[in-house]
Amino acid sequence: MSFIGKPLAASIVAATLAAGISGAAAQSPQRGGVLNSTLWPEPPGIVIGINLNAPTLLPSSKMFEGLLTYDFRMAPQPMLAESWEVSPDGLTYTFKLRRNATWHDGKPFTADDVVFSVGEFIPATHARSKPTFERVKASAPDPHTVVMRLSEPYAPLIRSFDALSAPMVPAHVYRGTDFRANPANQSPVGTGPFKFKEWRKGEYIHLVRNDAYWQAGRPYLDAIYYRFIPDSASRALALESGQVQLATQTDIEFVDVARLGKLPNLKVTTQGWEWNSTISWIEMNIRRKPFDDPRFRRAVLHALDREFIRTNLFFGLAKVPTGPIHSSSPYYDADVPRYPYDPAKAAALLDEMGLKPGPDGVRARVKLMGLPYGELWNRLSEYIRQSLGKVGVAVTLEATDVAGWGNRFANWDYDMTTTFLSTLSDPALGVARTYITANQRKGVLFTNTSGYSNPRVDELFAKAAGTSDDAQRKAMYSEMQKIVAGEAAIAWLVEIDWPTIHDARLRDAVVNAFGPNDNFAGAWLAK
Amino acid sequence: MTFRQGFAHNRGALAGLAVLIGVVVLAAAAPVLFPFDPWDSRGAPLLPPGGAFAFGTDMLGRDVIAGIFHGARVSLFIGVVSTLFAVALGVVIGAVSGYFGGAVDDVLMRFTELFQTVPSFVLAVLLVAILTPGLASIVLAIAVVTWPPVARLARSEFLTLRHREFVEAAVLSGVSTPRIILVELLPNALTPIVIMASLMVATAILTESALSFLGLGDPNHISWGYMIGAARAVFRQAWWLSVFPGLAIFLTVLAINLVGEGLTDALNPHLRRRGATP
Repeated sequence: MSFIGKPLAASIVAATLAAGISGAAAQSPQRGGVLNSTLWPEPPGIVIGINLNAPTLLPSSKMFEGLLTYDFRMAPQPMLAESWEVSPDGLTYTFKLRRNATWHDGKPFTADDVVFSVGEFIPATHARSKPTFERVKASAPDPHTVVMRLSEPYAPLIRSFDALSAPMVPAHVYRGTDFRANPANQSPVGTGPFKFKEWRKGEYIHLVRNDAYWQAGRPYLDAIYYRFIPDSASRALALESGQVQLATQTDIEFVDVARLGKLPNLKVTTQGWEWNSTISWIEMNIRRKPFDDPRFRRAVLHALDREFIRTNLFFGLAKVPTGPIHSSSPYYDADVPRYPYDPAKAAALLDEMGLKPGPDGVRARVKLMGLPYGELWNRLSEYIRQSLGKVGVAVTLEATDVAGWGNRFANWDYDMTTTFLSTLSDPALGVARTYITANQRKGVLFTNTSGYSNPRVDELFAKAAGTSDDAQRKAMYSEMQKIVAGEAAIAWLVEIDWPTIHDARLRDAVVNAFGPNDNFAGAWLAK
Repeated sequence: MTFRQGFAHNRGALAGLAVLIGVVVLAAAAPVLFPFDPWDSRGAPLLPPGGAFAFGTDMLGRDVIAGIFHGARVSLFIGVVSTLFAVALGVVIGAVSGYFGGAVDDVLMRFTELFQTVPSFVLAVLLVAILTPGLASIVLAIAVVTWPPVARLARSEFLTLRHREFVEAAVLSGVSTPRIILVELLPNALTPIVIMASLMVATAILTESALSFLGLGDPNHISWGYMIGAARAVFRQAWWLSVFPGLAIFLTVLAINLVGEGLTDALNPHLRRRGATP
């Protein structure tokens, strides 16, 4: 709990203690009850892969499952595969499947479905997992065994079998059809603990208990409603009054999360987003002066009081990062060059660069194109402008809309911008894309847009992705972190701890790295 | 009865004028009383009013009262400048339309109606969004959406004055058309336009506040609308962030309206009823 802001921390600790006490009185899960959750915005679709928006994942992950799932430290756990084995050379993965799992239409779940999902469906639909599963050749020696072969080791593969990265879809429904036009996209058929019932546009998505679920006795809930509530104040009110029992990520304004956390009927946790591991940063266009000089980028970091940003802008729902890898990752290394708040040092670095203050105290004039995602991000831009202004870097804020921001950022038409990005389950999947030279792709968002380039960093990322020995990978990523942090490739601001706010009666909803995006087989409502 | 007497007879107008002068003093005194950047953090975040910060501090520890003082400059600037542009544009179009009549009048009035049929605030939002938010684009957007009523008013004034004897005398004695419009007609048509313009300043301030509230203000200049917009997320935690700039807008707009009414009383002989009773 050390990463939560002080006022919030106290209330969360209190809430946790209370949960421990009441939990002791009613340990065993109770059957029955209907869970209402907020969902905003209304998703474009509810099949993972066909759509990948955050609001798609929440309902979809209740209906679809992966071969594996991952605990809070991203260690693999059995799901549709009851056991698995990786050959010592890292080239062959063998999965033993559940024998009692069935699709929502009653057909058995078999190895053929897995081969179809990873061999055809995911490469065709799932933009994020396509590069991973294109490396894989899957086969089914018997109906309950799947063998996946690689031509060279690819370490992130073992962290790619969750429902969000590799959902299992029914071969008998999708094979030979136009995946995106398949009618099953409107009425999904999965193996998960909840079945699709109804989607009333503009109102809710209704899921009901899968009575034939493969985990005996589960799920405990009778139904889940995902209700579309367009305004954050209304969502907060719905939680307060008990009309909904669950909200997460950006549903509730951060300033309101602290207030809601103090209410006796609600609980706040920041666990359950480890798979996503979001970091927010200032990206500087290294193709332009003065950002090409690492001393300038270091000065920017020294000029910002990130502790202030964490506490007052993110209301404690954040941690101060040290470099490119999120602190919840097993590959995180804290022993890297640090940039504590020190305006004098920032000024000294700028002096050293030859950027002396002019008669008006200004050393350099730069533009900041703030992320146009609402008030929090506007305050962040204003704070950055004032902080850099104090060390003589005059910042002009450029106002944009979401489309304009994305367009200019992707096309390298900016000085500085604020952004946030999920670093995902493995550095090879979510971190490398921001730093490797090969991923400087003009016109594509969330690539190496800053223009950072270091041959040694490229080499380390490439080697680490192709190494199956975890200790060696760790060493490579440590070296990479030292270099990238040392050069201040990017000004990392905060790791965002997305909050999940839920009714105190809702139990066991956040049990692994997927939190509200887990399948909720074990979630239950206390009476 | 003189203008001054007519105006002074309207107590509301006097009160409005006093408040308005107060706001101007506020704006003028801002750099002296608060000689620092109003965007700077000055203390702990979200301090309630009282103590070192009379109006409290916002989520970044910025001094609210400093924001009110500095924000007055932006509000007044936008109110006055955008009104000047709108009046200039409206008077030119209205004058030409009313003086020449006929086809010219038809074309110009259809053009004016085009602007009047589009919901003005939506058009302003659109213009600012397209031109990217900044002081210049906001002034332009407000001027573009507010000139049509001025044009119609100027046209009707010119239409009635056009056939008066003194104008015909001027035409017969060979005075040039621009001179007739500017020297003979304009001064006589100006009274209702001045009254309308005074009220437009208030509308312009409100429009700027609404734009800033929606996040379409100039991000480099603090304004009252911006302060309220930024405060809405924390309204339940910090009422003072919305209430003080809200009061500032309310009082300023009210004051301008009262002054406008006072001008009507003082300048319009037909409505000088209060002035007529001894």
